[in-house]
Amino acid sequence: MERELKLMKGNEAMAEAAIRAGVDGYFGYPITPQSEIMEYLMKTDSFSRSGMVTLQAESEIAAINMVYGGAGCGKKVMTSSSSPGISLKQEGISYMAGAELPCLIVNVARGGPGLGTIQPAQADYFQSVKGGGHGDYHLMVLAPASVQEMADFVELGFDLAFKYRNPVLVLSDGAIGQMMEKVYLNPQKPRSPETEPWATVGKGSRAKSNIITSVDLDPDSQERFNLKLVEKYDLIKQHEVRFEEYLCTDADYLFVAYGTSARICKKSVQIARSIGIKAGLLRPITLFPFPSAKINELAGRVKGILSVEMSAGQMVEDVALAVNGQKPVKHFGRMGGIVATPEEVVEKLKIFFTEQN
Amino acid sequence: MAKIKGNIVIDTEKCKGCELCIASCPSKVIDAAKELNEKGYHYAYPAKHEQCTGCANCAIVCPDGVITVYKAKI
Amino acid sequence: MEETCNMQEIVKPENLVYKKSSLLLDKTFTYCPGCGHGTVTRILAELIEELGLQKQTVGVSPVGCSVLLYAFMDIDFQQAAHGRAPAVATGIKRLLPDRFVFTYQGDGDLAAIGTSETIHACNRGENILIIYINNGIYGMTGGQMAPTTIPGMKSSTSPRGRNVQTMGYPLKITDIAATLPGTYYVTRQSVHTPAAVRKTKKAMRRAMEYQSLNRGLCFIEIVSNCPSGWKMTPVESIKWMEENMLPYYPLGDLKTPAGENTNQ
Repeated sequence: MERELKLMKGNEAMAEAAIRAGVDGYFGYPITPQSEIMEYLMKTDSFSRSGMVTLQAESEIAAINMVYGGAGCGKKVMTSSSSPGISLKQEGISYMAGAELPCLIVNVARGGPGLGTIQPAQADYFQSVKGGGHGDYHLMVLAPASVQEMADFVELGFDLAFKYRNPVLVLSDGAIGQMMEKVYLNPQKPRSPETEPWATVGKGSRAKSNIITSVDLDPDSQERFNLKLVEKYDLIKQHEVRFEEYLCTDADYLFVAYGTSARICKKSVQIARSIGIKAGLLRPITLFPFPSAKINELAGRVKGILSVEMSAGQMVEDVALAVNGQKPVKHFGRMGGIVATPEEVVEKLKIFFTEQN
Repeated sequence: MAKIKGNIVIDTEKCKGCELCIASCPSKVIDAAKELNEKGYHYAYPAKHEQCTGCANCAIVCPDGVITVYKAKI
Repeated sequence: MEETCNMQEIVKPENLVYKKSSLLLDKTFTYCPGCGHGTVTRILAELIEELGLQKQTVGVSPVGCSVLLYAFMDIDFQQAAHGRAPAVATGIKRLLPDRFVFTYQGDGDLAAIGTSETIHACNRGENILIIYINNGIYGMTGGQMAPTTIPGMKSSTSPRGRNVQTMGYPLKITDIAATLPGTYYVTRQSVHTPAAVRKTKKAMRRAMEYQSLNRGLCFIEIVSNCPSGWKMTPVESIKWMEENMLPYYPLGDLKTPAGENTNQ
């Protein structure tokens, strides 16, 4: 399969990949730093290229509900936004989790709380992996660390979403969305005319009509449904954990970082090693399911673990749970749209672990 | 001489006794039963069958669709 | 005796004048006794059946008294979050443009929490049908004030009657919809008498035909009663509706396609 090499922004690469992957629809609302996604789809005219519908909604709330409608028809439908907009979408996301609808939601995250800043941050980790909206549910969460992964996670995201009938969130950030890198793009795939057996496309010749709903007023049956979701999430935890290891084999100290922070930490590993500190990096690619078993295993071999995030310390809670007290776990993070330098991270590693010995 | 006769069949177990059919019947065919149905409603029933013209007004205003209407030349 | 025998003889398939639509499943509606919702649900099913649309219809049910609408009718359905039905319907129709798509919403759903979705779906001219039941109250949650509660009308959150000085005015959202270029046919009807039901059914049939011709958004308000919320018997509620609701929400077409006069 011949892949085309291009130099693109993360946001644009994602939009181009969506058209090429045969996505059926995109519904969005402008917000910095991800507006290029919808702009690109409009500019390159997704509809004339593949029949992919692109529609600018009146709000993030409307956009996610348009996704609900399209996804309920068994179509590959996506939306994207940035942190404050993702907060607005949470109602619809909870309904989609409750109605077991597959879809792709992209968060090109920025700093908060509130209107915050338009600069990159990783402060939406809790919102992404712990549910975000009301009720007992999880999204599958993919964390790209490159423009290439912004493109690749469109197809991966839809594969996972349809495999498990569950919304998938791509948790990116303003840095990945805005930066330009080379990216290999797949050739154009046709949109699938196939429909899902559960989809509401008109009853047709089916014996029973299909219903997309999340309401169940009978406690026993609602609990049965909740347990079914738990089973699904357990399956996801068993089969869909993805991560990248970088120089972990002989590491004395382990960084755990995703997305932009993981790129920083890769450099920090090299700097640390150049001054005689054997560091390694575990980069979770899926944040839900979280690579807990891998981190637990690595914790047995290292002396200390530093969780690095552009937040006040969110993922560090899951890291600590995974380490389960075996070794000290520390957090380092910059906020407000500030990305830590690799040198800063190494300094923190030294302060936390090596200098006290 | 042939004349138009109507008749209605009411699913009395599904009737909620709202009496809108009684109010809309021009021929005063329907009445509310003194007895209750399983749901606890004084259900509607065609007390005076013979006056029915089969106009279907009762069925058309019935919110629960429990009335079926027939009409024939006799 | 002889008369009774004759009467029973009339009950034969060939003499059938009216029976409920076969699209309605063998379930009792969850609506309260005498509620206009049931009548609208019933005629909607009749029309889908009569127009042969069962196989290509996708309905969207709201949050409110008709949340379980999908459980009564044998067609594909999506249940939407509160107020979001027009957005959900937009998603469906944009991806399946040849299907018949409608929303069924109450006044709280459509004219309060879903105002934005309603106005913008109308303004985009989405080729869908919005069926809007206005009974001036939140029925499902127990009779609270709605955006459509008329001045002076009592509800559980306006127990001394709606005071427009502090609670604002009732929203005539159908009038707003009629001013938007994206709407094609906008009408206000009722289902409280046999004649009114016949007119509503005619309006709904017209709207459904317009959708098959891709004419844009059709919006049908149905002024209705809420005996439980209004704390009246069904028959009293009809009278109250005629005397109080209809003067505020006069029946008739608000917007008809150019060259067509559908007001009889």
